[in-house]
Amino acid sequence: MSGDSAASAPGRSGGRPGRPVGRKVTGSGWGRLFEGGLLEGGVQGSPVIRLFMRWVRRPLLPVMRLWRRNIQLKVVVTTLLMSLGVVLLLGFVVIGQVRNGLLDAKVKASQSQATGGFAVAKQQADEDVSVTGDEDTAPDGSPSQSVIQWMSDLVASLSSGGQGAFDVVTLPAGGESGSGRGPRASGEVNPTVSVPADLRERIDSSTAAAQSYTRVVYNDDKESQPALVIGKQVNDPNGDPYQLYYLFPLTQEEKSLSLVKTTLATAGLFVVVLLGAIAWLVVRQVVTPVRMAAGIAERLSAGRLQERMKVTGEDDIARLGEAFNKMAQNLQLKISQLEDLSRMQRRFVSDVSHELRTPLTTVRMAADVIHEAREDFDPVTARSAELLADQLDRFESLLADLLEISRFDAGAAALEAEPIDLREVVRRVVSGAEPLAERKGTHIRIVGDQQPVVAEADARRVERVLRNLVVNAVEHGEGKDVVVKLAAAGGAVAVAVRDYGVGLKPGEATRVFSRFWRADPARARTTGGTGLGLSIALEDARLHGGWLQAWGEPGGGSQFRLTLPRTADEPLRGSPIPLEPKDSRRNRGLDDAGLPRGGDGEKSATVPVRQPGADGSGRDPFPLPPTAVTPTADPTALPGNGARVVARSGSASGSTRMTPGALGEGPAPLGGGGDDAAARRPAEDAGNPEGTAGSDGTGGYGATRGAERNGEASRGR
Amino acid sequence: MMSFMKGRVLVVDDDSALAEMLGIVLRGEGFEPSFVADGDKALAAFRETKPDLVLLDLMLPGRDGIEVCRLIRAESGVPIVMLTAKSDTVDVVVGLESGADDYIVKPFKPKELVARIRARLRRSEEPAPEQLAIGDLVIDVAGHSVKRDGQSIALTPLEFDLLVALARKPWQVFTREVLLEQVWGYRHAADTRLVNVHVQRLRSKVEKDPEKPEIVVTVRGVGYKAGPS
Repeated sequence: MSGDSAASAPGRSGGRPGRPVGRKVTGSGWGRLFEGGLLEGGVQGSPVIRLFMRWVRRPLLPVMRLWRRNIQLKVVVTTLLMSLGVVLLLGFVVIGQVRNGLLDAKVKASQSQATGGFAVAKQQADEDVSVTGDEDTAPDGSPSQSVIQWMSDLVASLSSGGQGAFDVVTLPAGGESGSGRGPRASGEVNPTVSVPADLRERIDSSTAAAQSYTRVVYNDDKESQPALVIGKQVNDPNGDPYQLYYLFPLTQEEKSLSLVKTTLATAGLFVVVLLGAIAWLVVRQVVTPVRMAAGIAERLSAGRLQERMKVTGEDDIARLGEAFNKMAQNLQLKISQLEDLSRMQRRFVSDVSHELRTPLTTVRMAADVIHEAREDFDPVTARSAELLADQLDRFESLLADLLEISRFDAGAAALEAEPIDLREVVRRVVSGAEPLAERKGTHIRIVGDQQPVVAEADARRVERVLRNLVVNAVEHGEGKDVVVKLAAAGGAVAVAVRDYGVGLKPGEATRVFSRFWRADPARARTTGGTGLGLSIALEDARLHGGWLQAWGEPGGGSQFRLTLPRTADEPLRGSPIPLEPKDSRRNRGLDDAGLPRGGDGEKSATVPVRQPGADGSGRDPFPLPPTAVTPTADPTALPGNGARVVARSGSASGSTRMTPGALGEGPAPLGGGGDDAAARRPAEDAGNPEGTAGSDGTGGYGATRGAERNGEASRGR
Repeated sequence: MMSFMKGRVLVVDDDSALAEMLGIVLRGEGFEPSFVADGDKALAAFRETKPDLVLLDLMLPGRDGIEVCRLIRAESGVPIVMLTAKSDTVDVVVGLESGADDYIVKPFKPKELVARIRARLRRSEEPAPEQLAIGDLVIDVAGHSVKRDGQSIALTPLEFDLLVALARKPWQVFTREVLLEQVWGYRHAADTRLVNVHVQRLRSKVEKDPEKPEIVVTVRGVGYKAGPS
């Protein structure tokens, strides 16, 4: 999962930075043209090509981003491309038609001209047959000198009619060329090159006239020109066939056509540019309000609820604006209603507080005065005075807790975080709880206070939480030791309060934080707690962005862990102290797996094996072996926090073992085999984060998982 | 100067039952209480009785306690202890910022109240002649004066005590708890907001630039100490 998000991150990040909503078009149009095929089409092929493509793509990335984000640019470019296509198509059609029309006219005129010319040539040949007779015919059949002269005259006379409008060419029929009837042409036309070969063949093979397009090539420096050539096979006075061609240069038509082309191109360009501009303007009309709406929505969500769109007219955009404004107004109304409600609730709490507290103060003082003087009363009245004073204490604390929790409910609780050293707080709390501990015969130990444990926190609230935890631990600790452990690692600090008393039944680890919840309703309420202490503590922890979690096993004691982020706005990722203590029965069960005394014996034991001094026989001030005194950074702490950490490191035991080092903490002095087993636990969790580990079957485990999950759930706020 | 007086206490409270009860307790402890129930009349009563200490309820008819506190503070440095039913930060801080030296949240025990009053009056005992320097300030402890370049700076007795406590041990960093004990006379830790507010008030009077304090320096995560002389 994390791999996916990591892979997709760069692509997404490309779109995020900056918001070039109003930025103008940068980069070349070619880039945009390429973009579709060249850049987005996956380039298959050798890695070299791919590398090259990447190199080409890099400078174009901003352009692509702009393309993705700017609808105006998209519309304008699309309009430009499409209108360009339409204009080109139109241009080709129009130009084609104009050319056809021009040529048709030219061809008709040329044909009539040529037909006339052919007729003249035929007529002259017929006339001259009688004149020249047979006398000029050479015996070998080759044309006589007179025929050659006749032909030259013919070409001259035919071409004289249209000086510049056409030229006349004669070519010998068939392939023959050796005879004196060589090619002739008027007006410096190169006769053999100007007449296409296929036309000559066609004319050879039939007596009808034929035509074709060609280029006239001149013998002098004159440039060659497109032309229409019409030819026919005619006979000379001797009755021998020759080919007579009329060449009509198309210069005029060419000029007309190019004029039309230029005109069309200019017009087309104008049309395209104008269409682009129109598209830009039109899109702007739509996009501007949309952008305004987006900007205002952003400001609304940033809390400026009075922001509204400007609405002009009655069109769809105006309707959008109106609907938007109506939405914003309703939103503002609802929010202010909720705020009012919260404010009313807060004022109510405050008023109740004041109204209740003033008479309570008088009662309190009166009760104290009476209580002071109780020795002068008769026993019944004296006892009544004592009860009055005691129950007033209880009433006061209940009232205070109720007001406190309703302050949380009303969202009126404010955090006053400043850097504090939790060791100071812990020492104050412990010294405050000493009298109670002495009465209960409990010894409170502080572990892990060699180094400062500093976090940005509200000292008053943290102290309240810890006082609650320590007092609870002492009260439910059945006279056994209470260990308060401090640690800091990564971005978190933690205080865990461990007792070895009655512990918690499965499922109770989550319920201890419920309001007015009591572990055993049948048990006498000797200590007079309000039943709200842990609920308030949980709210206090949440206010810090921290966690308050419980772990416990029946008869094996419990551990409450408060984890706070080192800085107030930093989210918690893990806790420096594992929720389930190392000396829990489950962990010790793993330790002692090879020992003759199996797990069953362990489970029934009410006394922690690794707590030799805590077995009720006496008060050992240092019951734990020295190796168990944890360093400030517990090596197994973060992995012990379970699935969350495992998901981050993404693999099993190998990397979880690395975690303490990766956190930048000092060398982790792992203890004996027990610590090793504790370090192995996360690996198990990694493989089976939701697993039930039913094989070992301790009741405490269910509670642990429950508490972990509860912790996960409570982190959301 | 007032050590021979047992202590006149002006109780400004609109709740007659509470006022009467306060009277009983105060008289029992040997104080001389006088009473006023209305915020508007509080200032006149203050001028008339010239009390050694004012017990001021924050919620009053007429002028509210904050306003009364400000008016009294404007003309006198006499200790003011607020009685408040609200322990919310805002209420407490507003009260302290208006010039109260200490506050006590209802419901309180008579002993607690008396301890606070005694702590506020205790400082009237004669101090030994002593000259202290902190930053560029010169403090005459016996003469109860603070001077910068010969110019005297007016401080309330509490602010003066706070400054003297810091100046006596310029090498020491005082945690808020220690200051609470030394200056306010709390035996066990109480609300550190008291310290924060009064340090700010003190700074606004003695610092050249309260944004960049040089006399009372914050030590992050620990507390305060005197700036270098």
